This record gives sequence, structure tokens and C-alpha cells, in this order.
Amino acid sequence: MITAIQRLGRSGIDLTQGLGRSGVFIAKAIVRPPQLRQWFGLLCGEIYQLGVLSLVIILVSGLFIGMVVSLQGYHTLVKFAAQPELGSLLALSIVRELGPVITALLFAGRAGSALTAEIGLMKASDQLAAMEMMAVDPISKVIAPRFWAGIISLPILTLLFNVVAIYGGYFIGVHWLGVDGGAFWNNMHMAVNFRLDIVNGIIKSLVFAIAITWIAVYQGYYSVPNPSGVSQATTKTVVVSSVFILGLDFILTALMMGGW
Amino acid sequence: MRSKTAEFVVGLFILAGIAALALLAFKVSGTGHIMSRKTYEVNAVFDNVGGLKPRATVSLGGVEIGQVKSIQLDPDSLEANVTLSINQKYNAIPDDSTPSILTQGLLGANYIGIIPGADVDPDAVLKQGSKMMPGKSAMILENLIGQLIYGMKSDKKDDAKTTPATITSQ
Repeated sequence: MITAIQRLGRSGIDLTQGLGRSGVFIAKAIVRPPQLRQWFGLLCGEIYQLGVLSLVIILVSGLFIGMVVSLQGYHTLVKFAAQPELGSLLALSIVRELGPVITALLFAGRAGSALTAEIGLMKASDQLAAMEMMAVDPISKVIAPRFWAGIISLPILTLLFNVVAIYGGYFIGVHWLGVDGGAFWNNMHMAVNFRLDIVNGIIKSLVFAIAITWIAVYQGYYSVPNPSGVSQATTKTVVVSSVFILGLDFILTALMMGGW
Repeated sequence: MRSKTAEFVVGLFILAGIAALALLAFKVSGTGHIMSRKTYEVNAVFDNVGGLKPRATVSLGGVEIGQVKSIQLDPDSLEANVTLSINQKYNAIPDDSTPSILTQGLLGANYIGIIPGADVDPDAVLKQGSKMMPGKSAMILENLIGQLIYGMKSDKKDDAKTTPATITSQ
């Protein structure tokens, strides 16, 4: 009985310590001034690794999700003879919710786990310790470029996902299911507001980007320095990021729909 | 990885993101639509706006000429005050035109249709801040059904009154 309560207390203390450590860690990554000559090259390399290499999965998923939403939406709307509204259904679902959330989940799975694994392996093979001994700050050379690269890549990926999904849905809706093309785009224009829907979608993807990249680099940097530790850290990144994405999505949607 | 290819590809990636944003802004949300060109505002008054919402279409002869900007209740006269934004290029609408609230299809969204007036004076047109003639209110389905039922009931009462007379008179 007593040991159980002790264990509970221990995990509570560990959790709080972990939160504090991650906060201090990310503050160091943001605040330390970069050495501008190397900085651009490092950042570019990281955007390539995180953003460009994720393009395939994001674009293919976007296409299929747009097509499925359009197909399912059509079959429900046609019961109310409301299929001209398919455009607004598709655009609002994608731009407000599916775009940011699914892109973030895919990004967490692909880029987040890659980040954690890379940094975890650097730690396990003592590369980070070696950098410190050479007076090269591992945080500003390894962590910070990856952090900023993630924050830049995810909103761009979200926008590309949105575009591909909407066009995919357009092709299925108009050219296969026979919805009137003019009504499709027109109703979409009336339903989608740039400031309220598209900008809010971008804000969501920024918040998700910060959460995913923060969790990924933290888990990598503080992983147990052996192979099973790295694999645990990678799994934890994906699981914790996914939970945070969905939780933050709900909170942000509640704030946005409530009109901020 | 700092090769020239990687930098080029990252540049393309960022350009693609910006292009996607522009595409979303113009093709999906309709910014750059009829309403971002110059518009002027006019005021219309209705007893009942039904389901009319802001950004609903304003049309003349079936052609979209503007949007509903805002709907407010006048606290003194208790009438609905609707502000319409009309595209500048339609600046010859006579100022005795009547706005009315119509429904798209049978159960669709409400929109405002303007029936042009007969005033031929080229100066008597709608301008920024003009007040239109009082408008025809929205058709409320429940009121219509109520009228129909009331109409049916009074028909039945008339039948009930006349039937005994016809029987006895025969």
C-alpha cells in the first residue's frame, strides 16, 4: 500500500521534473544565438530532411483523403438533394480540421520519429558528449536547426496537403460523381473565409509543429543511451505527439469556433 | 547536407508552400471575388429577415451584384436594418428599387433580390449610404402553414353551416 503511494509520488515528481527539463531545454534551443554562417546551411539541410522527404507521404495521403471525403460526402448530401454543397463540405472539413491534424499526425510518425532516432543515436554513440568536449554547443548546432526546420516545414506541408486534397475531391466530385462544377467552386467560395478558416488552419499547424518538434527533440536528447532506449524514445515521441495533436486540436477548435 | 541540390529543392519546397497558400486564398476562399473590388453600401429595412445571413448574395435579375454586409435590429422601430454591399460597377440602380428576401430553390438559403424601380432620372440612383424603399420580408414557412390550416378550418365551418340547410330545403 505504502509502496504504491510512494511510486505514485515518485512518478508525479518525475513528470514535473521532466516538464521543467523540457522547458529549459527548448528555451536554450530558442534563445542561444546562432552562428549565422553555418546556420543557414544546417537549417536548409534539416528542412530538406524533415519537409521535402515527407512530401511523398503527405501528398499521396492528401489526395486519397480528399477523394474519400468527397465520395462519402456526396453519398450523404445526395439524400437531401444538397450535392452542390459538396464543395463547401470538402473545403471546410479539409482546411479546418483534416488538413492540419492528419498532416501533423503523419509528420509526427515520419519526421518526428526520425528526429528522435537520429538524436537518440547521437547521444548513444557519445557524439553529443564529444561535441561538448570540443566546445561546440550541441544544442545550437544539432537541436536548434531541427527545431526551426520542423516549425517551418509543417505549415508548408499542411498547405500542400490542403490543396491536393481539395483538388482530389474536386476531380471525384465533379468529373466522376457529376456534381455541377460551377456550384462546387461557388458554394466553396461563399463558405470558406480566408481569415477564419485558412489562417486558423495555419495557426493550428504552427501549434502542432511546435508541439511535435519539441517532443521529438526532447525525447531524443534525454533518451536512455542504448538501442532499446532509443527505440522506446522513438515510440514515445509518436504516441505522445499524437495525443498532444488531438488534444490541442480540440482546444484550438473550441477557441476558434468560439470566435477569437 | 549542404549541397546545392538540397538548397535548391528546399527553395522549391518553400515556393510550393507559398503557391499553395495563394491557391487556397483565391480558389478556395474566394478572396479576390466580387467583393474585394470597390463596393458601396446601401441600407434596406425589413420586418422579418427570416434566415438571411451576412455574406448572402444580393442579386438583380438573377445576377449577383453584391453581398449582405450586416444585419442589425433597430432598437427604436424594432425593424431589421440590413446593410448591402453592392459592386461599384452597378452604379445605375434606380433609388426606388425594392429589395425582397427570396429563397434559393424551395428550402434553400435566403438571399436578397432587387427589383429595379421605374425612376428614369439618371441622378436618382443608389449611392453610398442610400436608404432603399421598404423591403418585402421573408416568407416564413410556419406562417404559411398556419394560414393554410386556418383557411381549411374556416372552409369546413362554412360547409358545416350550409349542409343542414341544403338537406332541409330539399
